[in-house]
Amino acid sequence: MPVFDNIPALLVVLPLIASAIVSLLPSARVAWILTFVVTLLCLFMAFELVDIVSNTSSFSYAFGGWEPPWGIVFVVDGANVYLVLLVAFISVVSTFYAYTILAAEIAVEDLPKAYSVWLLAIASLFGLSMTGDAFNLFVFLEISALSSITLIALGAGQDRRALLAAYNYLIIGAIGATFYVIGVGYLYAATGTLNLTDIVDRLNELGTNQAAITGLAFMLAGIMVKAGVFPVHIWLPAAYSFAPSAVSSLLAAVATKVAIYYFARLLFGIFADITLLVEFFLLYILMPVSIIGIFFGTIAAIYQTDLKRLFALSSIAQIGYITLAFSLNSNSGISAGFIHIINHALIKGSIFMAIGIFAFCIGKRATMTSMQGVGRQMPITFAGFVVAGLALVGMPLTAGFISKLYLFKALFETNNGILVAIIAFSSVLSVLYLWKIFEVMWLKEPTKPLKIEKEPIMAYLPVWMMVAVIVVFGVYSNDIVMSGIGAANALIGAN
Amino acid sequence: MTSINLILINWNYIVVILLMMAGLYIIISNQNFIKKLVGLSIFQSSVFIFYISLGKVSGGTAPILTGNDETLYSNPLPHVLILTAIVVGVATNALGLALVVRIQEAFHSIEENKLLALKKFSEQEDRQL
Amino acid sequence: MSDLQVILCISLVIPLVSALGVLVFAKYPNIRDICGPIGGIISFIAAVKIASSIIQGDIVYISLWQIAPGISFSFNVTPLGAIFGLVASGLWILASIYTVGYMRGSGEKNQTRFAFYYAVAIHAAMAIAYSGNLLMLFIYYEILTFSTYPLVTHSQTEAAKNAGRLYMGILVSTSLLLFLPAVLWVWTISGTLDFRQGGILPSDFPVIYVPFLLAMFAFGIGKAALMPIHRWLPAAMVAPTPVSALLHAVAVVKAGVFSILTVTVYIFGIDFLNASGGAIWLAWVAAFTILASSIIAISKNDLKARLAYSTISQLSYIVLGASLATAAAVEGAALHIVMHATAKITLFFCAGAIYVNAHVKNISDLDGLGPKLPWVFIAFFLASLSIIGIPPMGGSWSKFLLMAGAVDAAMPAMLLVLAVSSLLNVYYLLEPVLRAFFKSAKKDIHVEKHVLTIIPPVITAAISLVLFFAVDWIMPLTNLMVVQ
Repeated sequence: MPVFDNIPALLVVLPLIASAIVSLLPSARVAWILTFVVTLLCLFMAFELVDIVSNTSSFSYAFGGWEPPWGIVFVVDGANVYLVLLVAFISVVSTFYAYTILAAEIAVEDLPKAYSVWLLAIASLFGLSMTGDAFNLFVFLEISALSSITLIALGAGQDRRALLAAYNYLIIGAIGATFYVIGVGYLYAATGTLNLTDIVDRLNELGTNQAAITGLAFMLAGIMVKAGVFPVHIWLPAAYSFAPSAVSSLLAAVATKVAIYYFARLLFGIFADITLLVEFFLLYILMPVSIIGIFFGTIAAIYQTDLKRLFALSSIAQIGYITLAFSLNSNSGISAGFIHIINHALIKGSIFMAIGIFAFCIGKRATMTSMQGVGRQMPITFAGFVVAGLALVGMPLTAGFISKLYLFKALFETNNGILVAIIAFSSVLSVLYLWKIFEVMWLKEPTKPLKIEKEPIMAYLPVWMMVAVIVVFGVYSNDIVMSGIGAANALIGAN
Repeated sequence: MTSINLILINWNYIVVILLMMAGLYIIISNQNFIKKLVGLSIFQSSVFIFYISLGKVSGGTAPILTGNDETLYSNPLPHVLILTAIVVGVATNALGLALVVRIQEAFHSIEENKLLALKKFSEQEDRQL
Repeated sequence: MSDLQVILCISLVIPLVSALGVLVFAKYPNIRDICGPIGGIISFIAAVKIASSIIQGDIVYISLWQIAPGISFSFNVTPLGAIFGLVASGLWILASIYTVGYMRGSGEKNQTRFAFYYAVAIHAAMAIAYSGNLLMLFIYYEILTFSTYPLVTHSQTEAAKNAGRLYMGILVSTSLLLFLPAVLWVWTISGTLDFRQGGILPSDFPVIYVPFLLAMFAFGIGKAALMPIHRWLPAAMVAPTPVSALLHAVAVVKAGVFSILTVTVYIFGIDFLNASGGAIWLAWVAAFTILASSIIAISKNDLKARLAYSTISQLSYIVLGASLATAAAVEGAALHIVMHATAKITLFFCAGAIYVNAHVKNISDLDGLGPKLPWVFIAFFLASLSIIGIPPMGGSWSKFLLMAGAVDAAMPAMLLVLAVSSLLNVYYLLEPVLRAFFKSAKKDIHVEKHVLTIIPPVITAAISLVLFFAVDWIMPLTNLMVVQ
C-alpha cells in the first residue's frame, strides 16, 4: 500500500498540517478532537512501522525522491522504532489527559492555539526520532525546543514563574542547539556530508580526524543540554515544575528521551570508529557525571517540598541511570539504557499526570503541605501514583524492575563491585522521597478540612492506561527486553 | 612568522571565535533579559559566519552554472543550511522577546537579580500554602 | 491442572479469599471473625497434603508465565518450603482464634482492617514458603513487609508511627540495598533463579566472592534480624500481641530465616558452601547475635521486649545452622523453624493473655499471678522448656541436631555458644514463671478471663510437647533437604 510506504513522512507531516488547522479552529472541543484523532492515527502508523521494521530490520524514507546521501532521509531501524511507538503512545495518552487538565489550566480562548503548539511539539518529536540527517535534526531540535518553551510558558496562567522557566530554557536550549550546529559544521568540514549513514563511512575512511573529534565534542555537549544530563540539566527542574501538568507529562516522558536516543546513536552508531575518544568519553566523563547526577537528583529530590519539582529532580537521577548504562559501553548496557528509556517515560509520564490531577482537585500547587491526607480522598489516582512510584524504585512486577534487572546485569558484567554498590545505594535513597510523599498523602491528616473535587474520569483513565502498561511490562517483559536488545544490536551489533 | 600567517589566513575564523565568545559572555554576564537575547543573537551569528566561511572555496564563484567545466564554484550547501539556521534564529529571538514582554507584564521587571529575589519570595509563599 | 496443583493453588489463594471475606462481612463481626480460622483450617489441610506428597517424592509445581528469561512467575514446593508452609498455615488457625479473643478483649478499633492485613500477610508467608524461585521469594518478601506495616502501626499513635518508620526503613532499605542486588547477581551469573537441590551457582564462581554474596543475602534479608540489623524487631513490638505472636514470632521472622536457609541450601548448595569456607564468618556473626541478644533480653523488664530479644537470639540459631552448612546443621535449622515457632507463639500468646486478662506488661509485676492464670503460666513454662531445649519438648531435637552439625563442621566453639545460650535462656525465660508461682503478690490484681485468649497458648504448648514424640513426621522432609 502506498500509504504505508510513506509512514515516516506522514508521522511528521500529519501533525504539522493538523497543527496549522487546529490553530484556526474557534472551538476548544473541536480542536481537542482533531488533535486526539491525529495522535491516534499516528499511533496506528507507529504500530504499522513496528510491523514493517520487524520484517525488514531497517526502513529508509527519502524525501522528494532525493536518494541519500543527497536528500534528507528518515531512517527507522531497531534502535528507534520503539521510540517512535513510545512517542506515539505517550502523545495519545497525554492528549487524552489534556482534555480535562489542560483545559482547567489555560484560558478557553487560548486552547486551540495551545493544541496547535502541542501538535507541533509531537511532530518535532517524531522528526527527531526518525531523521537520518545531522542538520535536519537541528531543525527538529529547534522546533521541539520552541514549541516546548511555548507550552511551558502557558503555565503562566497558574504561576507566573513559568515565564522565567521558559525564558531560561530558551536561552540554555538555544546555546545547546547552537553548540550542536557548530559540531555539525565541523563534521561537515571533515566529511563533506550530512547524512548520518554516509558520515559513518566517511569517518571510517578518514580515521582519526581533528575536525571530526571537535565536531563530536560540540554535538555531544549540545545534545546533553537537550537531554537534561547532569550538569547541563539546569533548565529542566523549573521547566517541568511550572509547565501545565499535561505538558509536564508529555515533555518529561518523551522530550528528553528522544534527545538521549540521539545521544546514544551519536556515540555508538556514528562515532563508533573513533574508538579511543568514545571510550575515553564514556569511561572518564559520562560515567562519573552520571553517578554524580544520580546522587544529585535523588538527594535534591529528598529535600524538595514541591511535588512536580521533586519528580523533575528525580528525572535527572533517572536520566543518570540511562547514561550510566550507556557508559558501560557493552551490548547489555545499551539494551538496559534503551529499556529504561521506555520504562522511565511511562513511569514519569504517569506520575506527572497523577500530580496534575491532585493539583486540579485541590485547586492548589501540589506541595508536601497541601497534599496532606489527599491520597485517601482520591484513592483511584493515588493507587495509580503508588504503583508508578513502586516502579520508579524498581519493585518486582513493575516495568521498573525490568530496567533494574538489566541495568544490574550490565553492571555485574563489568565486575566492578563498587559501581554496583553505589547504584544499589542510590536506588535505596529514592525510596526515601517516595516514602515521604506516601506518608504525607496517606498517613497524615489534613491540617484543615479539604475541599476536594471529584476525580475526573477523563483524567485518571490515562494515568491508569500508563500504569497498566507499566504492570504488563513488569510481569511480561519479553517485548520490552527485545526492544532494548534490538536497539543495542542495531547500534553496535550483537556480541 | 608562521603563526602570524596562520592568523592572517584564517582571520575569518578568528572573527568567529571572538564573536562567539562575546556572545556567550553577554549571555552569562548580563542581568537584563533583552541584552541576553542580543548576546544570543551574536552567538548564533558567529556560527552563521563559521558555516559561510566553510562553504567558501577560495577563488570560487557563486554556484550558478556557467556552462564551463573549468569554473570553480563555492560550496552552496552550507550557505543553504545557514538560511535555515537564520530562520530558526529569528524564531528563537521572536519567542524570546515575546517572553520578555510577558515577564515584564507579570513581574514588572526584566532584571535577573531582581527576579531571582522575587522568585525566592514566592517559593517561601509556596511552603506556607 | 493436576490435583496437586489445585491443592497448591488452594493453599495460596485461601488466605486471600479469607481476606476478602473479612472485607465483605465487615458489618457482621461474628461472620467476619470466623473467616480467619476457617481459612487457616483449609490452608493447613492443603499444606499437609502438599507435605505428604513431597515426602512421597512428587513434584508440586505451578508455572504461570515468564517474567524475564530464566525467571518465571512460578511456585515450586521444596521440602523446606513444605515445612514452612505447614508452620505458617497451622499456627494461623490458632492465631486467628486468639486474635478474636485478644482484639475483642482489649476493645481495639479498626478490627476489620486488622483482620484483612493479617490474612494478606499470611498469604504472603505461604507464597514465600512455596515460591519457585528467588525472585518470587523476593516479591512476596516485600509484600509481607508492606502488608504488616498497617499492623505494626495499628494503634496509629505517634510511637507506633515511629516504630513503623523504623520497621519499614530497615526492612525495605536492606532488601533493596543488598537482597535485590544479590538476587540480580545470582541471575546474571547463573541465568536462572530456580531453587535446585545442590545449588545453582556455576561451578566456576570465584570462591572469594562467596562471602560477599552470602553477606548480601544474610544482611539483605533483614527479617532474619541478624545483628546489627535487628532493631526493627523490638520496635515492631508496639503492635498488638497477635501481630507479635504470629508475625514477629512466626511468619515474618521465619520468612527471613527461611529465606536464608533456602538460599544456602538451594542457591549455594551446602556442599559448595562448605567446601568454599565462605560461611564461617556468618557462623561467628550468628554466634555473637545469639549471645548478645540473650544478654539484652535479661535486662528487659517488659515481657514482650524480652521475648523479642529472645526471638532475635533464636533466629540466629537457624542462621547458625545454615552457615555451618553440614547436613545435620541444616536439618537442625529447618527443624528449629518448626520448634521455635510453636514455642515462641505460645510465649507471645501468654504475654498477650496476661496483658488482656490482668493488664500487666512488666515482668516485675507478675509476682503471684500464677495461681490466678494457671493455664497461661503452665503453657508459658512448657514453651520455655522447649526453647531451652529440655526433653520431652520439641525444641530439644533441633538443638541436638544443631550441636551435631557444629561437631560435623569441626567448630566446637559453636557447641559452647549453644550451651551458654541455653543457660541464659533458662535465666530469662523461667524468671517470669518463677515470679508468678513462687512470689507473693505485691498488690491485688483484678483478673478477667477471656477464654479465647487462654485456649490457644495451651494448645500450642501441647503441640510443642507432641512434637517431641512426633518428630518423625517432619524428619522425612528435612532429610529430603540434604539428600543428593
